[in-house]
Amino acid sequence: MSKESVISARQLDLTFRTSDGPVHALKDVSLDIKRGEFVSFIGPSGCGKTTFLRCMADLEHPTGGEISVNGVSAEEARRARAYGYVFQAAGLYPWRTIGGNVRLPLEIMGYERSDQDARVKRVLELVELDGFERKYPWQLSGGMQQRASIARALAFDADILLMDEPFGALDEIVRDHLNEQLLKLWARTEKTIAFVTHSIPEAVYLSTRIVVMSPRPGRITDVIESPLPAERPLEIRDTQAFLDVAHRVREGLRAGHVDD
Amino acid sequence: MKGSVLPVLTVVCGIFVIWYAAAVWLNATWAYDKAARSGVELSTQMLIADAWSQEKPKLPAPHQVAVEIWKTTVEKKITSKRSLIYHSWITLSATLLGFALGTALGIALAVGIIYNRTMDRSVMPWIIASQTIPILAIAPMIIVVLNAAGISGLLPKATISMYLSFFPVVVGMVKGLRSPDQMQLDQMRTWSASGAQTFWRLRLPASMPYLFTSLKIGMAASLVGAIVGELPTGAVAGLGARLLAGSYYGQTIQIWSALLMAAALAAALVGLIGLIQRITLSRMGMA
Ligand SMILES: Nc1ncnc2c1ncn2[C@@H]1O[C@H](COP(=O)(O)OP(=O)(O)OP(=O)(O)O)[C@@H](O)[C@H]1O
Ligand SMILES: [Mg+2]
Repeated sequence: MSKESVISARQLDLTFRTSDGPVHALKDVSLDIKRGEFVSFIGPSGCGKTTFLRCMADLEHPTGGEISVNGVSAEEARRARAYGYVFQAAGLYPWRTIGGNVRLPLEIMGYERSDQDARVKRVLELVELDGFERKYPWQLSGGMQQRASIARALAFDADILLMDEPFGALDEIVRDHLNEQLLKLWARTEKTIAFVTHSIPEAVYLSTRIVVMSPRPGRITDVIESPLPAERPLEIRDTQAFLDVAHRVREGLRAGHVDD
Repeated sequence: MKGSVLPVLTVVCGIFVIWYAAAVWLNATWAYDKAARSGVELSTQMLIADAWSQEKPKLPAPHQVAVEIWKTTVEKKITSKRSLIYHSWITLSATLLGFALGTALGIALAVGIIYNRTMDRSVMPWIIASQTIPILAIAPMIIVVLNAAGISGLLPKATISMYLSFFPVVVGMVKGLRSPDQMQLDQMRTWSASGAQTFWRLRLPASMPYLFTSLKIGMAASLVGAIVGELPTGAVAGLGARLLAGSYYGQTIQIWSALLMAAALAAALVGLIGLIQRITLSRMGMA
């Protein structure tokens, strides 16, 4: 692991001030994500996964510690449009077509018109939505909308992809399919991906590294390097190596729960 | 569309029946008085015939109003002072100008309220207070003040229209411009979008359904404003002037025909906005 750090968090602390007292969402979180890694974050609800991801995206400001993205502060990285963010809900604009939605960040970032067209076409093919460019979001299924939102995050040149439970609301079969596609996409684009999930199989299947978190206060309890090969057909989930990793993740999650 | 024809016709017929019946009931006293003075015994048939054809009835029958409207629209030159179309145009021009001003003011205030914390806290109470003052009380003052400043004619009336029509636009647009949720705003942040980009590409399109609803209310309010604006000026032209003149001389038929004309105007204007709304929203893929 001689590769450079793309995201680097040092003793990150974040306390939300709420009307019923402070909520300690992140405590002493340190983590390095290297270029080209696929890192999953897993943990019970409220353990700060979303908050951590939002800190990387400069949507949340840590109350302590430091975080750098691409070697600069999170804010500078955001201004330099260093990452694409996929929210849990697709969040497509109902008044724009699928193509128009994917084009939106490109318009905002001032890409040339002809370049926009080419990119929209390319990323829609990438998520297998070619032919749906002129459809409106309500004409698409939930899974297709989520794919469109991923395409939107891929359309511009950001080499980091932050994904917050992008497949959380989808059924198992669609999810399997999208997981497979996502892995291919990751291999092809060589992006660095930070991926939040609730699903152990999903985390194990996708990741090169799995970060287990636990709540109150939100912290990292285990970081698991995946021994699985880069080439991962869906059947890999029945192999012993896969089950071993899943087992370790489950143990980590259970350990985090003991102090409740 | 087809399914709604029958119910609508039923309601319209019902209204006519009630209207004719009410005309007999309200105009009967006058008919009896007249008959008593000339010593005639009124049969029911004669009573009804009289009640539906008086010159200055308390409530004119629908056909009397229809005839009056026919006479003052189709049979008069548009330039004639007796043409209802001429008077409608006078009122319509003030309505449209006031509506345009009110819409512009409303949108400007809404944008200010969205982007400026001080305005957000301080302006809304004043806007609401402005609407609690009866327009009948404030209309003459606006006219007098503007007249004193040397402004007369269309603008004072349009000012009153604006005063009434900006309110629904502010309220609707504040809600509409705030309708994008936190996630959509965060999304814009992740793309490092500028404030203007967020406004033009997210807030404004998201507010369109709210805007059109507000515009419909604003248009109706604007028409009321223009008519009210014609009342205190001793105006010589406009639907309001027709209403006022009608009430001076007890010309109830004239009043009712002006009223119906105003209603038709309002329906047409609101319908027009509805049409624009349908076209716009379906172009935007939102309807
Ligand atoms: N804006 C906020 N204001 C106050 N408290 C917040 C805010 N956002 C998150 N929290 C609190 O911080 C803690 C961590 O929240 P976070 O959303 O990061 O959890 P999570 O791990 O993503 O959970 P889930 O799996 O349910 O999405 C929770 O206790 C939550 O209530
Ligand atoms: Mg979350």
